[in-house]
Amino acid sequence: MSSFWSGWVLILTLSCLALIVYLLLSTWKVQRKDTTEETVGHDFDGIQEYDNPMPMWWIGLFVGTLIFSAIYLILYPGIWPGKFDGILGWSSTAELKAAQLKHSRRYQPIFEQYTATSIEDLQENPKALAMGKRIFLNNCAPCHSSDAGGTFGFPDLTDHDWLWGGSPEEIKQSVLHGRIGQMPAWGMALDGADIRNVSAWVRSLSGLTVNANAIEMEQGKALYSKTCAVCHDIEGKGNKLLGAPNLTDDIWLYGSSQPLVEYTVRKGRTGVMPPWNEVLGPEKVHLVSAYVYGLSNEPSIESSTTESSVEEKTNK
Amino acid sequence: MTTVTNTHYNYKVVRQFAVMTVIWGIVGMAVGLFIAAQLVWPELNFEPYLTFGRLRPLHTNAVIFGFGGSALFATSYYIVQRTCQARLISDRLAAFTFWGWTLVIVLAAITLPLGMTSSKEYAELEWPIDILITVVWVVYAIVFFGTIMKRKIRHIYVANWFYGAFIITIAILHVVNNMEIPVTLYKSYSVYSGAIDATIQWWYGHNAVGFFLTAGFLGMMYYFVPKQAERPIYSYRLSIVHFWALIAIYIWAGPHHLHYTALPDWAQSLGMIMSLILLAPSWGGMINGVMTLSGAWHKLRTDPILRFLVVSLSFYGMSTFEGPMMAIKTVNALSHYTDWTIGHVHSGALGWVAMISIGAMYHLIPKVFARDGMYSTGLINTHFWLATIGTVLYIVSMWVNGITQGLMWQAVNVDGTLQYSFIESVQASSAGYIVRMVGGGFFLAGMLVMLCNVWQTVRGIGQDDVETAATSA
Repeated sequence: MSSFWSGWVLILTLSCLALIVYLLLSTWKVQRKDTTEETVGHDFDGIQEYDNPMPMWWIGLFVGTLIFSAIYLILYPGIWPGKFDGILGWSSTAELKAAQLKHSRRYQPIFEQYTATSIEDLQENPKALAMGKRIFLNNCAPCHSSDAGGTFGFPDLTDHDWLWGGSPEEIKQSVLHGRIGQMPAWGMALDGADIRNVSAWVRSLSGLTVNANAIEMEQGKALYSKTCAVCHDIEGKGNKLLGAPNLTDDIWLYGSSQPLVEYTVRKGRTGVMPPWNEVLGPEKVHLVSAYVYGLSNEPSIESSTTESSVEEKTNK
Repeated sequence: MTTVTNTHYNYKVVRQFAVMTVIWGIVGMAVGLFIAAQLVWPELNFEPYLTFGRLRPLHTNAVIFGFGGSALFATSYYIVQRTCQARLISDRLAAFTFWGWTLVIVLAAITLPLGMTSSKEYAELEWPIDILITVVWVVYAIVFFGTIMKRKIRHIYVANWFYGAFIITIAILHVVNNMEIPVTLYKSYSVYSGAIDATIQWWYGHNAVGFFLTAGFLGMMYYFVPKQAERPIYSYRLSIVHFWALIAIYIWAGPHHLHYTALPDWAQSLGMIMSLILLAPSWGGMINGVMTLSGAWHKLRTDPILRFLVVSLSFYGMSTFEGPMMAIKTVNALSHYTDWTIGHVHSGALGWVAMISIGAMYHLIPKVFARDGMYSTGLINTHFWLATIGTVLYIVSMWVNGITQGLMWQAVNVDGTLQYSFIESVQASSAGYIVRMVGGGFFLAGMLVMLCNVWQTVRGIGQDDVETAATSA
């Protein structure tokens, strides 16, 4: 906001306050001291008004809030933006920075102690996995669901099917730097029959029953080889370098019905996994990656330790 | 009593708005009950028209502008005529405000479920409806202030100051907040962006509460409380000071809706202290209302209308204490984005706005329909208890939910990660959502009792009756 507008607000608010204080004090001065049965002489549709004074406790409350506010505006920014920011020198940005610094000093060592351990080895550390799960629930669950089962457009992380690869390093890369999965829109290049046929062919790759005759399937297959195979592989096994899904495993990110597959072909799809390095930092990414890896890779020891026992262990 | 005059008041428009107050109240609260049920049973979301996201603005528009708006039109037209001893300056313009305003609410009920929205809270209606609102409001101002200008009483009664402030300020708020560029007939984009958009929106949003739901209803209070209690207003001086203080300070309190956001620190501080200073001016109205009743307390035993008015003042006092408290940044850090806010709004909306309107309607409807009183005092009493129990259930469940949510969101593990995921705080709120729905059910049941009572009171009314009503001073 420009200084004009803050000045404008400043002058208006302070004038409002000054006028109200003046009104309060001047009325206070002239009013009678005690309650009365005397009216001020008006009569509106039978309603009269007593000439009673404003209650003292009410005036006290009013003055009290005014004094509090005056002190507050001396201590904190408010009265003259940019010129006078309160004698405490407080700002929300500085407060946040200080809190973050305090937070990382206190908690960073707890996370750092796991960074040297590989994701595979962390599978045998229930405490680390519990921490990873908490990070998952607060950051990943909104898209991938609390049980990591995914939702429409957001991959299931428990089904052993990996768009970008399921090795510890690949999972960690996905979390650290994010991924963008691009299925181009073919609606302009292909006509309705083409889209119908190629969708039918794609659905048949996963063994779904399709409503198409042999000629249509043949056309769909030809079209697939020409346009889709370059990313999805000639056999439909996908390509994890591009995040192109395997089309033969009957796992469908955007639905398996004929209309939905046609929609995907016609309009394309864009799947975005945001990068978490900036938000969580590499230590937490390491832990959450370990948790996600563990969802589809059975640990060698029983890691079903309950939350409460983890709490106890961490509670020093 | 003043001299009896034969002023022939325009009660027709008052009757129309009074009836629509009851009808929009039932419609808006029924939608409210339905969306409360959706939070208990999410299966009740029927895509796309009957989802929470589309019905929630319908609920707010129907209760604030349909129910509350009709009550304000009815009472302001009634009060301005009676306290000025002058007929409305134009019957045709008054009729235009009735049909225009009713059309606005009907259009809201059609367009919001269709998903047409400008996405600004309490200002969701799209630009063609915004223009209609503006036209109706200007005509309303002409009728109201025109009638004040030809008054036969020298002074202007305090109720009319409040109505006047409400009419002028709402006009400014509506026009400024809805500055938008139309793209199609059904879609427009705000001319503001970023933090300025948010500031304008909450300057509007908070003063929709301050001027629509507070100043206007204080006007109602200043007429119906002394009338029903048959007592003079406690203090004329208090009414002057708290009126000017209220309208001068309320307008600056909006930024407390934007604590801990991109709004600059100085604006947050200023919004917070203005909200705190607002406590005493708000309580001025409560004190004047409650003290007016002192000396008439015995009437509470027999008069359920007066009970509505007293309880509404109590809720008004409570929520105007709660509001400044929640505006304090440290308290806000706990309460913001939780159900506590919803509870706070409803202690004002159900406890104050609805109760004072209901009390006013029970006083006014027999008068403008030429009846000695409502059909059944017993039913008014039944309504009173249903409304009170409903409000208490609503507020308490939302307090419990809000504080639970606030504490759960802030709880951290020993490793500094959040102890609860969001969905766990939703699970923890489910009992509160059930209690809230039951509370809403009580409140709606009360409105249905009111509908029966009003129907029995006004049925069989003839033209002669209403003529009599309008000529008796």
